[in-house]
Amino acid sequence: MRHIISVLLENEAGALSRVAGLFSARAYNIETLTVAPTEDVSLSRLTIVTSGTDAVIEQITKQLNKLIDVIKVVDLSEAAHIERELMLIKVRATGKDREELKRLADIFRGHIIDVTESTYVVELTASGAKLDSFIQAIDAGLILETVRTGVCGIGRGERILKV
Amino acid sequence: MTMMTGAEIVIRCLQEEKVEYVFGYPGGSVLHIYDALFKQDQIKHVLVRHEQAAVHAADGLARSSNKVGVALVTSGPGATNAVTGIATAYMDSVPLVVISGQVPNAYIGQDAFQECDTVGITRPCVKHNFLVSDVHQLALTFKKAFYIAHSGRPGPVVIDIPKDVTAAKCKFEYPETIQMRSYNPVIKGHLGQIKKAVHLLLEAKRPMIYTGGGVILANGSEQLTRLVRRLGFPITNTLMGLGAYPGTDPQFLGMPGMHGTVEANLAMQHCDVLLAIGARFDDRVIGNPENFSSLPRKIIHVDIDPSSISKRVKVDVPIVGNVPDVLEEMLRLLDAGNTGPDPAVLSGWWKEIDEWRAKQCMKYRMRKSVIMPQYVMEKLYEVTGGQAIVTSDVGQHQMWAAQYYKFDQPRRWLNSGGLGTMGVGLPYAMGAALQNPGMPIVCVTGEGSIQMCIQELSTAKQFRLPIKIINLNNRYLGMVRQWQEMFYGSRYSESYMDSLPDFVKLAEAYGHVGIRVDRPEDVEAALHRAFVEHKDDLVFMDFITDQKANVFPMVAAGKGLADMILTEDL
Repeated sequence: MRHIISVLLENEAGALSRVAGLFSARAYNIETLTVAPTEDVSLSRLTIVTSGTDAVIEQITKQLNKLIDVIKVVDLSEAAHIERELMLIKVRATGKDREELKRLADIFRGHIIDVTESTYVVELTASGAKLDSFIQAIDAGLILETVRTGVCGIGRGERILKV
Repeated sequence: MTMMTGAEIVIRCLQEEKVEYVFGYPGGSVLHIYDALFKQDQIKHVLVRHEQAAVHAADGLARSSNKVGVALVTSGPGATNAVTGIATAYMDSVPLVVISGQVPNAYIGQDAFQECDTVGITRPCVKHNFLVSDVHQLALTFKKAFYIAHSGRPGPVVIDIPKDVTAAKCKFEYPETIQMRSYNPVIKGHLGQIKKAVHLLLEAKRPMIYTGGGVILANGSEQLTRLVRRLGFPITNTLMGLGAYPGTDPQFLGMPGMHGTVEANLAMQHCDVLLAIGARFDDRVIGNPENFSSLPRKIIHVDIDPSSISKRVKVDVPIVGNVPDVLEEMLRLLDAGNTGPDPAVLSGWWKEIDEWRAKQCMKYRMRKSVIMPQYVMEKLYEVTGGQAIVTSDVGQHQMWAAQYYKFDQPRRWLNSGGLGTMGVGLPYAMGAALQNPGMPIVCVTGEGSIQMCIQELSTAKQFRLPIKIINLNNRYLGMVRQWQEMFYGSRYSESYMDSLPDFVKLAEAYGHVGIRVDRPEDVEAALHRAFVEHKDDLVFMDFITDQKANVFPMVAAGKGLADMILTEDL
């Protein structure tokens, strides 16, 4: 099953490689991984999308907690949460496709942030699944380049991950 | 406050931590540190002949005491040579601080002479590591390193220090205490869980206690012994846990696992309540986890490391906490309730166990003309009165030592259980000898393993370490040979040891005493000679043993614990 794990860790050199190294050393799966400092620059917040049986996910959270730099670990997917991912997608936009791509971007609440005679760059923020549907909605031949940030997530309401 | 160089700060930190011995090897990046070491006489440096041995020796010192072992190596090859030692300590949760030199900050990443990414290379085999790029961070880093190494589930910590940091100056202030928001190991177990556990134990009809290295690391032997005697339950100690409970006590069933006793393995398999303490259900201990889990039994697991619980086997009552604290709480609950198990119920279980015991699975056939390795271990036990610190390397000799030497106290049996590193025996003995002067120190080894760190005979000479080396020489990589005989149609691929040195002459060349023994009737006299006549010398005893002797009982890899191969001699 797919899980979104949020980790609060010391913003120290090498902290990210400790997490990434743990996943490869123990053969855990990483679908996406994002990391950036929080409002407190001594802390980083990391979001990992992974999948595995309940036993594997239990081990993942335990092993993450065991890392000295890790302060807190939460499996966001255990309760109500919001997930978002940013995608920049460059598409071939000529002739009748120009209008169609603009319409599609609007439907998905994306923005066209770069325009040339023959290309668009569309910016889209949504859940990972929604980004996938956008890609599927476009003729594959028109896609020139995609870049995705990976998922970041946060609990709903009073569910707060803080030191 | 006076200014100090980084090198001086390193030494002062070690002094503050009451470090007595540092095992190391100098080189370019640590020259400032060695210079600071030269200018003081509180810390003694032990010059090894290979960095791997420096870490093993520090590890041996730590295992034989309750101290943090310290090793000091230079950058590049110094650090990479240390990696096997670090990984060995990591797998067995031994507290170490390993200091490595690094090229100057400005050279990092430039492929400088003797540069390697030490922090990157050691990351997967340390509890934590640091690259100290600023001299102002040095003292705090040492405080953290020692704290992390010995608290919680212990482990090795590497401190990598660029050379310019050891030359830079700052004021020295050693923090008295340390608080880390990201690291707070649990000490007290959850009371509700402990109550549940005690209740289960009292209800059990076929209880079994299984303990590992964690009990020894946490210094929980005293509490364990009281608890086991209070309950009257059978107990087994794993290879890493031998000595946590007296090996000569009737409640002790011997070691479990791949080369465990019939009674220990069958009791593990057929118990209805299993109390696991500081153990991790290793593949060499429980065999096939599916087979092990297929039997209906309740498992209580006490461990300081939550990730050890329900990792390989699902546990019913997990208790995270420090072993002595949790066991003390169990004892308190038993006393408060003034209860104990029903002796009538237990006697039925003991009767069953005694039937398994009657198989006498450790029996072996003596031979007239050839020395049986098991016999050497039995005689070693007799001659040392069971009072020696015994180190071993890895292989058949390790198993025979574990099976036939009875350890009544913790920290008397040092071996590489997790990583299974050949070559640890002699350096372990060096660390143990320095830490425990006056104690008999024995290194049980084989002609394969001993050659992996044999250069340390030189270190042992320099520091006058009266280690007794028991070389069980069967001219084979015995454990490999055993598996090839049993599982590879006796195709002995590369397991024969040809062109062996004359170990007696070799020992003598290093300035030690060498004794060769090739007849069974000479075994005891040779041991007496070594332990009495040459009490203060390093004695290398080369026992020419039976080439075909195998370690039994044996549970083949991937099989269930009840599926034991017994010796053909029975």
